[in-house]
Amino acid sequence: MIFYRMMRRNAAKLTGDRSAMLDLAHGRLVALSSFFAIIYMVLAVRAFDVSVVQAKFWNMEDAGAIVVAEAPEGKRRGSIYDRNGNMLATSLDMASLYADPYLIADPEKTARGLSDIFPSLNFGKTLRSLQSARRFVWIERNISPRQQEAVMQLGEPGLAFRYEEKRVYPAKNEMAHLVGMTNVDGRGLAGVERSFDRMLAKGQDVTLSLDMRLQHALHREVGKAIDDFNAMGGAGVIMDAHTGEVLAGVSLPDFNPHEPGLSEAAAHFNRLTLGVYELGSVFKIFSTAAFLETHDVPMSTTFDAREPIKVGRFTISDYHAEERILTVPEVFMVSSNIGSAMMGQAVGGQRLRQFYEDLGLLSAMNVEVAEVASPLVPDRWGEVATMTASYGHGIATTPLNVAAAVATVVNGGYLIEPTFVHAGEGGKARNNRNKISVISEETSYKMRELMRLVVTDGTGKNADVPGYRLGGKTGTAEKSGAGGYQRKKLISSFVGAFPINDPRYVVMVAVDEPKGNKKSYGYATAGWVAAPAVQRLVKTMANILGMAPDYDAPSYEHPLRQYVALEG
Amino acid sequence: METAIFSRVDRSPLGQWWWTVDRTTLFAFLSLAVIGVLMVATASPPVAERIGLDSFYFLTRHLIFIVPSVAVMVGVSVLSPRWLWRLSSLAFPAIILALIAVLIFGAEIKGARRWLPIAGMSVQPSEFLKPIFALVAAWFLARTKKHGNLKAAAVAMALYAVCVALLMMQPDFGMTFVLTAIWCVQVFLAGLPLRYVFGLLLALAVGVMIVYASFDHVQSRIDRFLNPDSGDNYQVEQSLEAFRAGGILGAGPGQGSVKLRLPDAHADFTFAVLGEEMGVIAVVCVIGLFLFVILRSLARLMEDDDIFCVLGAGGLLSMLGLQAFVHMGSALNVLPAKGMTLPFISYGGSSTLAIGFTMGAILCLTRRKTR
Repeated sequence: MIFYRMMRRNAAKLTGDRSAMLDLAHGRLVALSSFFAIIYMVLAVRAFDVSVVQAKFWNMEDAGAIVVAEAPEGKRRGSIYDRNGNMLATSLDMASLYADPYLIADPEKTARGLSDIFPSLNFGKTLRSLQSARRFVWIERNISPRQQEAVMQLGEPGLAFRYEEKRVYPAKNEMAHLVGMTNVDGRGLAGVERSFDRMLAKGQDVTLSLDMRLQHALHREVGKAIDDFNAMGGAGVIMDAHTGEVLAGVSLPDFNPHEPGLSEAAAHFNRLTLGVYELGSVFKIFSTAAFLETHDVPMSTTFDAREPIKVGRFTISDYHAEERILTVPEVFMVSSNIGSAMMGQAVGGQRLRQFYEDLGLLSAMNVEVAEVASPLVPDRWGEVATMTASYGHGIATTPLNVAAAVATVVNGGYLIEPTFVHAGEGGKARNNRNKISVISEETSYKMRELMRLVVTDGTGKNADVPGYRLGGKTGTAEKSGAGGYQRKKLISSFVGAFPINDPRYVVMVAVDEPKGNKKSYGYATAGWVAAPAVQRLVKTMANILGMAPDYDAPSYEHPLRQYVALEG
Repeated sequence: METAIFSRVDRSPLGQWWWTVDRTTLFAFLSLAVIGVLMVATASPPVAERIGLDSFYFLTRHLIFIVPSVAVMVGVSVLSPRWLWRLSSLAFPAIILALIAVLIFGAEIKGARRWLPIAGMSVQPSEFLKPIFALVAAWFLARTKKHGNLKAAAVAMALYAVCVALLMMQPDFGMTFVLTAIWCVQVFLAGLPLRYVFGLLLALAVGVMIVYASFDHVQSRIDRFLNPDSGDNYQVEQSLEAFRAGGILGAGPGQGSVKLRLPDAHADFTFAVLGEEMGVIAVVCVIGLFLFVILRSLARLMEDDDIFCVLGAGGLLSMLGLQAFVHMGSALNVLPAKGMTLPFISYGGSSTLAIGFTMGAILCLTRRKTR
């Protein structure tokens, strides 16, 4: 009872001295008055701040937004465009019709008029709801402008509209993973809709690097490869080799963003950015580049691929076994695991790892969608890991990681980080602002020669498009499952660049679990599955982009021919 | 004309009342009541329609309560302080019983028991507890000051503890907060040494922290105030938007649209409706009106040598000022959102009567003493 003691002391002090007591009370009254004066002043200042100062900016931002009673955000969500200004996502005000039966003058006539306009409405039911005692009944949700016009022509004051914002995706499935979608409240859930949610919610538009036309072509060709080979799924990407802009990106199966609930969960998974796969031999591009970058040796350098290599309990053997001594171009062309493993050994574990890291293969991409996965990298990077990583096993990355690293290798050697945002007319993507050199021009040049050789003479022959000088690399990887790698479950991919003398585009197609068909003589390997898809894709791209073929260009791979002892 | 009715030599109770009561404050209260009727008239129809009542349901009921409330105000202000004390001492036990009855018979609404059905209407006894407690506590504290009767202060402390316990059992933090504020102001005015005042403030801070830590909804309310992105601030956002839309001169009476979207436009967010329809000038006028009443009445108390009047009116004015501040501060987002009505201006149902009593008691205690 602290008060009690205090009161006792005070009372003793003040009894009989009422004027002193009142003086004290008066002083305290002044303090109390000051307190109220201050807090009410704060209120007045705050009222002025909100009503006058903020109102000025608020009115400039969106005058009249308060009139739209049904839009709690007060602003229409911004649109998303492709690089050519085609609309990929936008918000429309959809009218919904309701009635206030209290104000309906002639329910019968109104019900007849409404059932004429809306075939789905039943006259009797409509009449009953119009005659009900309620003040609010929904007649029809999300009606078309034409129907709205017809309703207005009825001239019935008891009929009114509420406007609800509806997100519309003109490209439907084709862009679903990258553009993403929103929830019913218009907040971004996935893709660009999610990562740019703040901007879009403020009403700002976003222009992406995607090209709707290329996206359509890529979507079609990856889809065709999946259909032809009865595959589980697939992914594809077209990237600008110099800016890192993603011109098209596909993950299949996909979903309709207007009705996301109708697709199974797997369809919502973005294989391009969120799926990590052991992509196999396409990694030979990186291990060979590392070898050429660190060893100043001629292309005639040989590797003994006669015997499988045994390291501990592992045996590394070749799929297309040549069982002889191979030169560097031969190793790359026939995709010899043994040769690549030896190159990796020559580079050394730490240096190879560092090289992959510099290419951006070992870390999650810094890209404008949230659905990004970190690559899976061996914990202990020992001798075995070094050798398997040289031909793309034991290390799992997203297809987009690989495409970006290929762009880095072929563009003269400077680092490419992929981006989904349009750099703008004449604008420079961030990759060009500070060019970081990862490999030398010379190595980049050698790699382009090697990649071209794969298409003219090696495993990628089915991808060749005369006149466009495509270079690339196939990769057929066995998927790991319970009990080790599975011979029958493959990921077949092809990653290439063209025109290879000065690459502008990097293209990649990966197909998950293709099954061989008659036309491929039962093969489901990259050369039969992914390479033809890329061939069709490059043909279409050339048409869309208006690239003229050049049949007379000197043979780019010619200097390497002297080291190749094989017949195509 | 008035002088014809109340001559200065008129010694009748009414004549005395007219010359001793603070007429300026009386008119300020009456203008608040008029503004209130206008605000309820414009703000409540959309709310009533939304919950399926007749458009003028709230306006009718507001008029049914505001007229007797004004009568109560005038009636109470005619009383002498002594009679006011007698009335309060009789009402206090009744209210305590009502608070206990609420815990037993009250219907649970949104997780709290606060309402008691009396004569066909819902009454919130705690609304009446606030002014009555202020007067009873003032009387006991005054006894201590006048006669050095220490037991009286102990009684006041015990009554405070009982009231808080009953309120926390509902639970009702808003009321507890207001009651605690009244009590603190009164012991402060009674001359609590400053070091104890600081101790009291410290104890209050600890209390707030305990409440924050132990009740999820209080925590979320405060978190959302401190960090608007952390959750749903729909009402506050709408309220601020209303002020912005209103600007300097407002959209005009009846022309606002925030009331179409705010669930509590007629009660907890009346101030936002005022801001949108009448503009910042009217808003500042209402803020000024409340501040004027508080400062003027406190100033009158300084000339008063009856310690009961000083403590009682000081407590009641603080309650009025704080309640209005919380309402306006919530609408302007200078405080975490806390639903409180704006005295005499918001629709308040039966609690309007308690406000009328409070204002009447303030007028009564600030009357010039005839010597």
